[in-house]
Amino acid sequence: MRYILYITMFLIPFSMNGQMVAKAKKGPFLLKNGSIHTITNGVIAGDILIEGDRIKQIGQDLAASEETTIIDCEGKRIYPGMIDGGTKLGLGEISSISLTQDADEMGDFTPHMEALTAINPNSVNIPVTRTNGVTTVLAKPSGGLFPGRAALIDLFGYTPESMYSGFKGQILNFPSTGRKHRWDKRSEDEIKKDAEKAMKKLNGFWKKCETYTKMDSAANATGKQIDDYNPQLSTMTDVVNGEEKLLIRVNKKEDILAAISFVNAHQINAVFVGVIDGWRVADSLVKYDIPVITGPILALPSRSSDRYDAPYANAGKMMKAGVLVAIQTNETENVRNLPFNAAFAANYGMGIDEAMAAITINAATIFGVENEIGSIEEGKRANLYIADGDPFEMKTRISELFIGGYQIPIENRHTLLHDEFMDRFPGK
Amino acid sequence: MKRVTYIYIGLLLLTMQGLYGQKDILIKNGTLITITDGIKENTDILLRNGKISAMGEDLAEGNAEVIDAEGLFVMPGIIDAHSHIGIDAVNEPTNPVTAEVFVGDAIDPYDIALYRALAGGVTISHAMHGSANAIGGQCETIKHRWGEWDPEAFKMEGAPRTIKFALGENPMRVHGEGKNVAPRTRMGIEQEFRRSFAAAKKYRTDRNAFASGKIKKGPDYSYRLETLADILDGDILIHCHSYRADEILMLMDVLSDFGVNKICFQHVNEGFKIAPELAEFGAMASVFSDWWAYKFEVYYSTAYNAAILTKNGVVTSINSDDAGLIRHLYHEAAKTQRYGELTDNEALRLITMNPAIQLGIEDRVGSLEVGKDADIVIFENHPLSIYATPQTTIVDGIVRFDINADNNDMRMFIDAEEALPAFYETSEEHEDKCMQGVHLHEGHSHTHSHNHSH
Repeated sequence: MRYILYITMFLIPFSMNGQMVAKAKKGPFLLKNGSIHTITNGVIAGDILIEGDRIKQIGQDLAASEETTIIDCEGKRIYPGMIDGGTKLGLGEISSISLTQDADEMGDFTPHMEALTAINPNSVNIPVTRTNGVTTVLAKPSGGLFPGRAALIDLFGYTPESMYSGFKGQILNFPSTGRKHRWDKRSEDEIKKDAEKAMKKLNGFWKKCETYTKMDSAANATGKQIDDYNPQLSTMTDVVNGEEKLLIRVNKKEDILAAISFVNAHQINAVFVGVIDGWRVADSLVKYDIPVITGPILALPSRSSDRYDAPYANAGKMMKAGVLVAIQTNETENVRNLPFNAAFAANYGMGIDEAMAAITINAATIFGVENEIGSIEEGKRANLYIADGDPFEMKTRISELFIGGYQIPIENRHTLLHDEFMDRFPGK
Repeated sequence: MKRVTYIYIGLLLLTMQGLYGQKDILIKNGTLITITDGIKENTDILLRNGKISAMGEDLAEGNAEVIDAEGLFVMPGIIDAHSHIGIDAVNEPTNPVTAEVFVGDAIDPYDIALYRALAGGVTISHAMHGSANAIGGQCETIKHRWGEWDPEAFKMEGAPRTIKFALGENPMRVHGEGKNVAPRTRMGIEQEFRRSFAAAKKYRTDRNAFASGKIKKGPDYSYRLETLADILDGDILIHCHSYRADEILMLMDVLSDFGVNKICFQHVNEGFKIAPELAEFGAMASVFSDWWAYKFEVYYSTAYNAAILTKNGVVTSINSDDAGLIRHLYHEAAKTQRYGELTDNEALRLITMNPAIQLGIEDRVGSLEVGKDADIVIFENHPLSIYATPQTTIVDGIVRFDINADNNDMRMFIDAEEALPAFYETSEEHEDKCMQGVHLHEGHSHTHSHNHSH
C-alpha cells in the first residue's frame, strides 16, 4: 500500500509535466441556455447539469447548488464528444522514431497484444486531439493478420485504465489482393500468391482457434483448466464464440466479398474497417448486416481509374444503402481532423446530421457503448463540448470541453507555442 | 483484351481533343474573390486568348461560352508552392550537392494526380526536387494543362528558375546515416553550402576572367558550378526544405555572407519561433497547415505557424507536398481561421497571391485582374467553408475540370499490360514526401519505410 502511495506521488508531477496543459476542473457544472444538439433527440434549447461523471439532468431553468460552476451558453451550441472509430493515438508519438511506436508487434498472429497496455496517457497528441471536440477514440494495434486487441479510450486520464471507455475488440487485417501502397511493386502474380498464402494462414489459424475454443469450453464444463495454455488462442475464444467483436480491416471489393463469406462461414460478430470499395458492395453489407467504420475520408482514391471524390462520397453512399457507418481518421497526431473528415463525407452526399451521427452515436452503437456515450442524454457520461457554431466549420471555436464530467482546458502544445511565440518577447 | 484497350485509348484521345479547346468564356454573375481588390458581387468575368480580358457588370456575351455562376464563388486558380505531382522522379540522392539535375526532365503528363489537383481547384504547382541533398536539383513550375501529351506543354513558360535546398534530418539521414559520408550533422550541412558557394564564386571569377581574356585557360565547364553561380547572381530562387529555427537562421547567415537575398523556406515548421528574423531578412515561408510529429524535428510544431508568420509580415503560403492534400488546399488554408483567426483574404492569399510571389509569377497569376492569366476556379459555397465544392477549374482560359463532365475514369493513359488498374490499400502517410526515390539501408522505422526506402 505504501509503495503504491510512493509510486503515485512520483507519477503525478510527471504526468502534469507530460501533459503540459493546465489542470482539469471538477464539477458540478450547469450549462445554461444552450442549443443542445442531442443527436438522438433533436435540438433542444435548455440547460445541462453535469454531476460526477454524468449528464445528470437536461431541461429548462435547472437549479444549481452553491458549488456548481455555471457556464452561460447563450447563443452557443452543445454537442456530444466526437468518437474516432480508428486511430493509433496513445500508441505512437513520433512516426520516424521506431522506439516511440507501440502499435505493431512482431509476427502475424499476436491477438494477445492489448492496446490498452501501451496507451501513453501523457502523449502530447492527446490534448491536441481533444480540443477539436474529439473526446473518445479507438486505439488500434496494426500489422500482421491479427495485430491485437483495440481499446476504446476517453482522452483524459492519468492511467490507461482510467481512460478506458468500455470497448475492446480484436482486429483482423483481412488478406488483401490489392497493393499495400504506391511503392508496392510486386507483380500481379506475386500479389495473388501472397494473398493466397495469407488466406491459408488465416484459415489454419482460425481452425486452431476453433479447436482450442472447443477444448477450452470442454475443460470449463468440468471445472478444469485447459492443460496446454496458449495465450494467442485463449485470447481468441470470445471472438470464436461470437461474444467479442472482430474488427476486420478490408478495402477492395473482391476482398470485402471474401471477408463476408469468411464471416458467414464462421458466424463472426464482425465490423468492417476501412472498406474503401464499400459503395461497390453496399447491398451485400446491408444483406449481412455488417456495420462499417470507414475512412480516412480525405484519402486519395485507391485506383487511378476511380472518380476523384470516391473516398469523399463512400460513407454517404453506404449510409444511403442502409449500412450503419462510423468514421475513422486512422491517424495518430492529427486525429483532430476527424470533424473535417466527417464534414467532407457530409458535403459529398452523406448530409450534415448524418455525418455528425456517424462520429457520435453510430460509433458508440458499433462499439456497444451507446448507453454510455455518443449523444446528450440524461444518465450518459458527460463527454461534450460547447461551440460557437457548426463544429465542422473552420471558423467555429470550441470554448469548453468536458470529458467524464471534468472540464478540460482548451490548451495543447500548439496553443501554448502560439501563446509563447506570437508577439515574441524579446522581439528581434 | 489488348485490342479493346487500344480502341479505348484511341477514343479517349479523341474525346480529350474535343474537350480542351480554346474559346472565349464568360463567367456570369458570380461572386468574384479578387484577392487584390476585394469581393465583387454579381460580376462577370470574360476570358479571352488565355487571359482575363474584362471584369464588370453585364459584359457582352459575343461568341463566348457562358458559365452561369449565380450563387457561386469565382477565385483565382489555387497555386501550390511545394508539390511532387506530375513528375516521375523526385530525388537524385547520390551526392550532397546535385544542382545540375532538373525536375523539368521528368514531367509525366499522364499522372492522374494532376487531374485530381484540378478537381481541387489547383492550377499551378511547383514540381520540386526532393530533400535528400543539401543542394538538390532544379525545380519546375508547372501549369496543370491536363489533356496535353507533351511534357513541355506543362512548363509555365517564363516562370523563374528555382532550386531545392534541404536542411536537417533528411540530408543527414541520406548521406551521414545512410552512406557514412558528410554531412551527418547540422554543422556539416552549413559547410556544404559554404564550400559549394565558395567554389562557385571562384568558378565565376575564373570563367569571367577567361571570357574577358584576362587569363589564358578557363575552368573546366561544370553545369553544377554554373547553376550555383547563377544562384549567387540572383537568377535562381532558392526553395529550402527546413524545419528547425536554428538551421533556418544558419542558412540566412550563409546567404548574407554570399550576397544572396532571395529565399523561400519550405515546411519551416519552426518558422513561428523566428518570424521577426525571417521578416527582417525578407525570407518567405511555405508551410503545412497542420502536419507535425512525423519526425523529431517537427515535434515542437504548431498549427498556428502560418498565422504567426503572416502576422509578423512574412510572405507565407500553405502547400501540400502531397497528391492527397493538394486536392483540398482551400480547406488547408481555412485551418488558419481555426488556428490563428486569419481574415478571409489573408487565408486565401496563402494559396493564391503568396505562393505566386514565392515562385516569382505574381505578375501573371494569383489574383483576378484584367491582363492576368485566365486561371480560375469556381466554387459552390465559399472556398473557406468546409462545404466548399470546386465546380469548374480553368487553366489559361481552357476548362480542365468540370464537375459535370467528369466521367469517373479520367485517365489519359492506360497501361496495356495491366489487366485492371492497381488497387492501393493506403494513400501515403502524413509526412513530407521529399524522400521519394531514396534507398536507405535496412532497419529504419517500418512506418516510414514505404515512403523513405523505396
